[in-house]
This record gives sequence, structure tokens and C-alpha cells, in this order.
Amino acid sequence: MALSRFASSSRSGSLLKPLSSAISLRRPISTDTTPITLETSVPFTAHQCEAPSRTVQTTANELLTFFRDMALMRRMEIAADSLYKAKLIRGFCHLYDGQEAVAVGMEAALTKKDCIITAYRDHCTFMARGGTLLEVFAELMGRQAGCSRGKGGSMHFYKKDSNFYGGHGIVGAQVPLGCGLAFAQKYSKDEAVTFALYGDGAANQGQLFEALNISALWDLPAILVCENNHYGMGTAEWRAAKSPAYYKRGDYAPGLKVDGMDVLAVKQACTFAKEHALKNGPIILEMDTYRYHGHSMSDPGSTYRTRDEITGVRQERDPIERIRKLILSHDLATEKELKDIEKEVRKEVDDAIAQAKENPVPESSELFTNVYAKGLGVESFGADRKEVRATLP
Amino acid sequence: MAAIFQGVGAAATLSSSPSNSFVPKKFLTSPRRSFSVRKVPSYVVVRSDGSVNFDLNSKSRRAQQLVANAVATKADSSAASSSSNPGHELLLFEALREGLEEEMERDPRVCVMGEDVGHYGGSYKVTKDLAKKFGDLRVLDTPIAENSFTGMGIGAAMTGLRPVVEGMNMGFLLLAFNQISNNCGMLHYTSGGQFTIPIVIRGPGGVGRQLGAEHSQRLESYFQSIPGIQMVACSTPYNAKGLMKAAIRSENPVILFEHVLLYNLKERIPDEDYICNLEEAEMVRPGEHVTILTYSRMRYHVMQAAKTLVNKGYDPEVIDIRSLKPFDLYTIGNSVKKTHRVLIVEECMRTGGIGASLTAAITENFNDYLDAPIMCLSSQDVPTPYAGTLEEWTVVQPAQIVTAVEQLCR
Repeated sequence: MALSRFASSSRSGSLLKPLSSAISLRRPISTDTTPITLETSVPFTAHQCEAPSRTVQTTANELLTFFRDMALMRRMEIAADSLYKAKLIRGFCHLYDGQEAVAVGMEAALTKKDCIITAYRDHCTFMARGGTLLEVFAELMGRQAGCSRGKGGSMHFYKKDSNFYGGHGIVGAQVPLGCGLAFAQKYSKDEAVTFALYGDGAANQGQLFEALNISALWDLPAILVCENNHYGMGTAEWRAAKSPAYYKRGDYAPGLKVDGMDVLAVKQACTFAKEHALKNGPIILEMDTYRYHGHSMSDPGSTYRTRDEITGVRQERDPIERIRKLILSHDLATEKELKDIEKEVRKEVDDAIAQAKENPVPESSELFTNVYAKGLGVESFGADRKEVRATLP
Repeated sequence: MAAIFQGVGAAATLSSSPSNSFVPKKFLTSPRRSFSVRKVPSYVVVRSDGSVNFDLNSKSRRAQQLVANAVATKADSSAASSSSNPGHELLLFEALREGLEEEMERDPRVCVMGEDVGHYGGSYKVTKDLAKKFGDLRVLDTPIAENSFTGMGIGAAMTGLRPVVEGMNMGFLLLAFNQISNNCGMLHYTSGGQFTIPIVIRGPGGVGRQLGAEHSQRLESYFQSIPGIQMVACSTPYNAKGLMKAAIRSENPVILFEHVLLYNLKERIPDEDYICNLEEAEMVRPGEHVTILTYSRMRYHVMQAAKTLVNKGYDPEVIDIRSLKPFDLYTIGNSVKKTHRVLIVEECMRTGGIGASLTAAITENFNDYLDAPIMCLSSQDVPTPYAGTLEEWTVVQPAQIVTAVEQLCR
């Protein structure tokens, strides 16, 4: 597209409008890559290191990609909410809406060689790492096309080829695993880093400090990211942590506090952290973020916080709204175009859900596959120990 | 193919006489069919000193023709081995170290993590000098943080490294139970097969010499129901080295149980590269009257009792089950079909121990072949006391084994 768009020019905006109505096949999303300089919402707070600058470079293309990705994630999570209420998704379902900026900003700062490992609130992180909507919905509904073949569920999304290591149900246990990933990266001289995500609730787990100690001792390229949404299920952070300055908890390890609702700040911080970790060892990032839903689908989310608080955050700090305002104020797209993106995204999600609903449940023989990596010829039995009797392949 | 065990002297020093031949080699590729030779009933009692005795029961009629076979095969194998591969003698912890060292040389992805494994050389010297040879990045001294370094080992295994995690004492691995159960055992399944965890978790356990309750734990029973892991217990230098190598090469997570009191066992092992099959049991002493299933240190108590039993005219078949998860029901089943009586001798606790699971497995599969209920001798359901006499009574002693066999064969 020969249109070159300048941030401050309104002429190009008007130039685009007639074209957009003329071209009905594709919506002209800006692919402009001229850099735009913006400032993050709040400055970074640093512990034991120099904070990165507030000024970030981005492009129209990138902002629109951010918008689309976050809108997709938001739509996906809302759809998962409805599916859960329709009893198509069972068990535990932890939704990430409100926190999308962390997943999207982090992905923008990394390559696929870097590893990400997170806890159970993993749907959007999985998507950011390259997962498809079908894999997400099929896994949530326990179907064959799911990323873990329907055997993992909401809390066990993995994508090995893009170095996404899950997806873990036990609070805090993924952090030592993440430090192990960093160890393997250092061992194999990969020049890549590992981002181990955890929540403010998990920040009080002993194994985090153990893992951080070992990572600092061995100079591992591990970045511990605390997604601080201020509530550990029903317990507010001030009731669970004597010192809720999670970025300072590393003591000897440097830390950075980031506004987790600002995707550009997240990206800046993650880029900074990656550089730092490759040279100096572990660093802690605290993402100040918020979740609109309760802890999981069985938690209404309003018994321990007021609805006013939730709507307040939604009005003032919502990550998608922030990007929308940025895009509109810089004339990178029109209101209508953004709405069209949202409609497109909604359709994609609906299509994926329809496709996932058609997908079959796993075969009963799948019960016994993947228990062991190599077949042992071991027998496994059903409850009656006679009827169902299979050899573990 | 009679297996000759090294005579067990006083309980204090479990050294062996090197002149006898070793347990026959088992190659990974050999199918289970190769053990069909054991199906031929042998009524020959081969004593520990190498002399052959006929069993005094009525079934000795057919012994004549089989003697030549048994002795000939044995002589052949031992003659062949002594002329071409004299082997070398070493202690069990050295055998473990040899296995570990060979695997580390063979595959650069193998690394060792544990407390004091590097500069100190390992609290039981299993990793002595490995840090000097392979460097600090491959033999890693960890702080005292079992939960996290086991987790780190698992995380590293997810990317393809092959860590060997050492628990200084098996009991300390209780702190890492979450990582072992949820992450190690289950990740292959919950990821739909995307990740394999080729980790080896090893360490000494079992009742030692007055080490106290917390340092005398047997964790086989706690780990046995975790789906997705394999458990093996070594008992001789030969199988220690073989199992260590096989465990490192395995794609599944393997827990290798060693015993504190067995580290100074001496045996002659082959020079060449060999591994022991992880899922196979070891026939220690073929017999006719009763099948005694055992593993780890209790193997020596059983063999000591076997000497007494043989003098009394019994012919026990002793099998070291080695593979605690999964059980080698093929070998065990063949034995049960032959002898029709089973005695399990283990160091695990009575309640929910390996013996309990084994009893259930045998009863379910071979109930028709049993002439008597399965007897299971296990440790008492008590924390191991410090006082020596009391400690002796928590574990199974040879005299109890003799009594049990007599009772079983009545």
C-alpha cells in the first residue's frame, strides 16, 4: 500500500476513509513501520538496577497487532466464560481477561527461542506463543484436537515447538522448573532466556526463593515475572504478604516494577530484562496488573473486592482501551476499523468454538498412552480389574 | 545358568569372595524368551561354594541328566568370561560412579545435581572426582533446597538434558515430592506426549546403622503409585552399574534406590559396556520349594537365610525383583508356577509397602498357582529407633526368614 501515514497528519486519515469504503475485500490495517515514540503510563520503579527509560519506540503496525491480539484474547476468555456456564468446559477454568497486556507485551520482546513457563492462568500466554484458537477450545472442552490431546485441560497447555512450557496446576512449582529451563539454556549455550511467571499468591512460596538463590549462584538467564493482580484467589495481597513489594523480594537480585496494563511498558521491561539476564543473571519483574474475573469460574470475584473497584480499573486502566485511545489519537486507524477488527476477532472465536464442538472426544485407548515415554508392556486395570484391562503402550 | 551369590559373612562387612562367577549378563535387547532356559525344572541345588548337591526330596529322580547341563553351562560361561574378560573388582559406590562417568562421557547432556556432589565428591563418594573431570557446569553443587533443585532438574529434562539428581538421603526427597509426583511423573501425560522427562533421581535410603528415624526412610512405598515413573533398586555392584546406565539412557523418569549399607559391597564386574534391563528381575538362586522375592539389602539377609534353609533341606528360589515399578511379573510368575509358594521379604513398611502391592499383584494374576497364602515379611510400622537392638528388630532378620519358609512349606 503506497499510503504512507504520519502520526500527526490528519490528511492521511481522510485520505484513507474513501479508500476503505472502496476496498471492501480487506480492511486496510496499517502496515506502517515508521517509528512512533511514546511514553509509558508511569515510570518504572527499580530495585538494585537502573530502570529503563520511559520512552518507547513502536510502530503503527505493532500497535495494531497489539490491539488485535489483545482483542482476540479478551474475546477468547469471554467465550470460555460462556462455554463454562454452558457446562462444555468443566473443572477449573482460570481466565486472564484484564491481564492481556502482560502476555502480548512479553511476546513482543522475545523470540521463539526464549522459553516461557507459567501457572494455570495460561490460555492467553499459550495464544501469544503461537497457539491456535482451535487448540485452546478443543483442549478446554477435552477434545482430541486440543494442544495436549484433551488430556491436560485448562491448566495444562503446552507448546513445545515454540518453547512454551505450560501450564501448571500447583502454585509456585513452575518456578523451579523455569530455572531449570534457564539452566538448560545456559548449559547448551543457547543465548536465550526463560521467563518464569507466577502470581502474587505464589510469591510467598519457599521454592521461589530457593530457585532464585540457585539461579543467582549459577548465573542463570532466568527472569522471574510476578503477575501481581493483587489477589491470591480470595486473599488480598496486603493480607498475604508482609511486604507486597514483590520486585524487591529478590534482595540481591535486581527487580523492576512495571505497569502491567500498559503493553508498551511490558515490552520495554521485558526487553530490558532479557538483556540484563543474559549478562548478569536473574532479575525479577513485577507486573502490576488486574483480573476482571474471579480467580476461577467458581469464584464470583466480588466477595473480596467491590464491583466499583473492578469497574474503576476497567475504565481507567484497561489495556485494550489504552491501545485503542493511542491508535485513535495518533490516527493510525479509524474507530470503525477497530470495531471491524473486533468483529472479525469475534467471528474467529465463534468459528473456532464451532469447530471445536465438532471435534471428537479422545479415543478410550488414549487413557493409556503417554504414561511412559517408552512402552513397558505394563498392564493397567479398570476399577473392576477384569473388564478394562490394557497394556500401557 | 545358576546364579552364584557371594557368601554373606558377618552383617558388618558384606564383602564377597571374588573367585565365584558373577551374575550372568543381561543385555537390553535380549527378549524375555531367553529366560526360557530357566523353565526347565532344575532339581539341582548349587551351593554357594560351587559344589553341587542333590535335593533330598522325591523329585530328585530327574536330577542326573540335568546336572551336566547346568554345570556345563555354568562352567562354559565362567570359563569364557575368565579367559577373555577377567573383569575388575570394585565396590558398589565405585560401580555407580563408573556407570555415571561412562554415561557422562558418552552423552554430553548428562549432568549431575545434588548437595555436595561436586567439590566434596558426594557424601557416599559416588560422584568423587567427577567435578574435576567434567567441570562445575556438569556436576553441580546445589544449596540445600531439594524442592527447587529437583524442580530445576525436571525443567532441564523437559528441554532435553539428562540430569541425575542426587538426594543425599532418600528421605530428603520428601521435600521434593510435589515436583516428583506432579511434574516428573505427569508432564509426559498432561502435555499429550510433547515432553519427555529423562531424569534419574537417585540416593541412598533404607535402614542404616543407628541413623535415627528420619534418616532411615524407605520411600519406595510413597512413590510407587505415582503414574509415569519407573523405580528400580540396585543391590550388587553389577546391577548398580547396569541399572545406573540404563536409567540414564531411559526416556522415562527413573528413581534409583540405593541402600546406605550396601555401598561397600565388593564384586568383580565385566570390563565391557553393559546395562541391566530396567524392568527385569534377577534370578539369584534357582530353587524348587518356595519363591522368595526380595530387593536391595534384604537380598543378603535372604541369602544368609538360604544357607540355613539349604542345610535344613529346603530349596528356596530367590529372586531379586530389582524393578519396583513395574514389577517383572513374567519372571515372578514363572517362579510362582514352579514353586507354588511365595514369600516376600522387604525392608519397606508393612502398610502400603512394595510387598503389599506385590502380594496383590501376584494374588490377582497367579492365584490358581498358589498352594499357600503369600507371606510377606516387612519392616515394622514404626519409626526406626536409634537403639541398636531395637533397630535390629524393625527390619527382617534371617532367622525370621527361615521360620517363615518353614511355616510356608509345611
